[in-house]
Amino acid sequence: MAESVPAADVHAHDDHGHHEQSFASKYLFSTDHKMIAMQYMFTGMAMALIGGFFAYAFRMQLAFPGMDVPFWGQVSAAEYNALVTNHGTIMIFWVAMPVLIAAFGNYLIPLMCGCDDMVFPRLNRLSYQIFLLSAVVLIASFFVEGGAFGGAWTAYPPLSAKAEYSLTPLGSTIWVIAVALEFVAFLLGGINFVTTAMNSRAEGMGMYDIPVVIWMIVIASILFMASVGPLIAGAVMLVFDQTLGTNFFDPDRGGDPILWQHLFWFFGHPEVYVVLLPALGITADIMATFSRKKIFAYKTVLYTTFATGVLSFMVWAHHQFIAGVDPRMAHVFTITTLLISIPIAELCFVYIATLYKGSITLSTPMLWALAFLGEFLIGGVTGIFLGASGADVYFHDTYFVLAHFHYTFFPIAIIGTFAGVTYWFPKMFGRMMNETLGKIHFWGTVIPFNCIFIPLFFLGMGGQHRRIYNYENFPELAGQGMQDIRIFATVSLLVMLAFQVVFFINFIMSLRSGKKAPNNPWRANTLEWQTPSPPPHGNFGSEMPKVYRGPYEYGTPGREEDFWPQNAPS
Amino acid sequence: MTAPIDGQGNATAWSRGEVGTLLLILAETSFFAIFIVGYLFYIGKSLSGPYPADVLELPVVATICLLSSSVTVVVAVRALEADRRGAFLAGIFATVLLGGGFLAATALEWRKLIVDDGLMISTNLFGTTFYSLVGFHAAHVTVGLLLLALVGVLGVLGFVRKEHATRVDLLSWYWHFVDVVWIAVFTVVYVVGV
Repeated sequence: MAESVPAADVHAHDDHGHHEQSFASKYLFSTDHKMIAMQYMFTGMAMALIGGFFAYAFRMQLAFPGMDVPFWGQVSAAEYNALVTNHGTIMIFWVAMPVLIAAFGNYLIPLMCGCDDMVFPRLNRLSYQIFLLSAVVLIASFFVEGGAFGGAWTAYPPLSAKAEYSLTPLGSTIWVIAVALEFVAFLLGGINFVTTAMNSRAEGMGMYDIPVVIWMIVIASILFMASVGPLIAGAVMLVFDQTLGTNFFDPDRGGDPILWQHLFWFFGHPEVYVVLLPALGITADIMATFSRKKIFAYKTVLYTTFATGVLSFMVWAHHQFIAGVDPRMAHVFTITTLLISIPIAELCFVYIATLYKGSITLSTPMLWALAFLGEFLIGGVTGIFLGASGADVYFHDTYFVLAHFHYTFFPIAIIGTFAGVTYWFPKMFGRMMNETLGKIHFWGTVIPFNCIFIPLFFLGMGGQHRRIYNYENFPELAGQGMQDIRIFATVSLLVMLAFQVVFFINFIMSLRSGKKAPNNPWRANTLEWQTPSPPPHGNFGSEMPKVYRGPYEYGTPGREEDFWPQNAPS
Repeated sequence: MTAPIDGQGNATAWSRGEVGTLLLILAETSFFAIFIVGYLFYIGKSLSGPYPADVLELPVVATICLLSSSVTVVVAVRALEADRRGAFLAGIFATVLLGGGFLAATALEWRKLIVDDGLMISTNLFGTTFYSLVGFHAAHVTVGLLLLALVGVLGVLGFVRKEHATRVDLLSWYWHFVDVVWIAVFTVVYVVGV
């Protein structure tokens, strides 16, 4: 078969890395998975700065209505909407997705599976190029006539479908096009991830020898591919409604705006698991390494994750309890939603069982992993209230919802990412990060995070509705008590943003003058640690690794070392 | 065909090309599923004419063309695997001709709908859902047709040989997928919807 290239041919291109490369071939047209992973990561970080800046601008407006926000100016109602919309869009689609799935997936899958690159390297390259284009398109929407789209990241029609409602004739179309382009990019990436993990594993690596993080990224990619079609289809319908005058979502001519909500959330809820699973996988690997123990119930983790993936396609209408869905249908979705909390709760118990009686080292990555578990639990527990349709009727579209999903997405996108970056930094760049600065940054992020969002639960229970740019217009919400809470949350945000400077200082300083990292600084078992830091082009030099055992053989009785690399013959 | 072997010497059930193509087809399936569900959802909800029963005719010629092209593409792949160049080229060009016939029949149908019946994509819900579903399918046929034509031209120039049979086979998977989608579109639009 043409696809089954003999091993000698696969290794032949190892030689490419040894001669000098031009700028274009190294950065613009590189097909090396590590370079593409770095590009995804740095693009994602740059977008995170933009998304964080938007959060700063609109939180300042909420705390001090009408003030001249430094670096932004007066926040008008339209600008507030555009900021909130694009904060959500950027943080989910241009930060969580590229960093957690694309960057870690690209970096880790070939290294942890023991192969030299993705199976479709050029497709991989194309995927990043389309992604970068989508980011440029999205940012461009801020500079067109009428300004950027302000119909919230869920883009419900008819507000999003008609320019006379949204008042952003160009911005809304550009926004949809950017999102659709981005999905095409991740579709190509996902095909690569699944195929590589299925077909290019090192000799001897069976299905149950694959590290949990790779399993999670693969399952997330499959979820993404099965759920993204409906959203691309919905986005196409929305663009047609905006530009061709079709009437998919136009109630005046028989269309149904609720159809969009079904399409959006049929994608949108699996999407939560698409970004959650890689973060769960990253923390699983970190916890095993730093408690020097096997992951508790490895196979159960996999089956649980499959079950979660299947269930995640059956819960979408819990976002629409008050959108006019049939109350009997709401009961069904209440049940499926409460059901899906069971496998996730089980995963949390599995993680705690992994820690139990382990020999725990509280290094920076481990702190992040532990924080992920604790903070995500708060997100999960508050989700129960919203999953039950009876309670959701009251909580819907309040700050309770907002605080809830930030308690899920912040641990996923920020805490999970920092866990992964601090853990694999030595492998990526060949230098150790500074632990003291790392811990300062950790506490300086996690404490203010809780100070921002715990108060918002109370504001939500007090009836504070989302998507209002100035509460002075609502006497029952404008009291000094509530305003003080808003100011407290905003000040906490400023503190948290300030502490991110520590991370960038640590990142740059460690990159330039950090301690040289050995091959395996954490004494971990998985294959990426058995090759030089940073790995050479082709990853494993001339001899590809052979796998003899699972990835979590820590503290094996009778062995002198407490770890047992997957590729060590004995 | 022998069992595929990956780069590291593991025997796998599917080659990487097959896995990649299947995943692409999975994503495309969910894309079409939504347009089909959308079509079903909006049947009979148009607030103004023309209605499907008044203007649609069974696309018999187009359907025969497309379904038989699935047979000819299999003939082409089998011939290439057996290294019979003449039969391979005949199969590919027959497929291209039949696919072209399908597109021509669709073009005539659309011309009638637009010119004679005045049905545009923005006219009513029927036009909206009909043109987007049938149009996206036709766009996929066009893409497949261009790729097949490219294979045919490269074959005439002598660049397509026995060792490329797997890749042509993957293209034929895509073509079969487009065919299956047409069966669904045909059922929904021309049988259920009128």
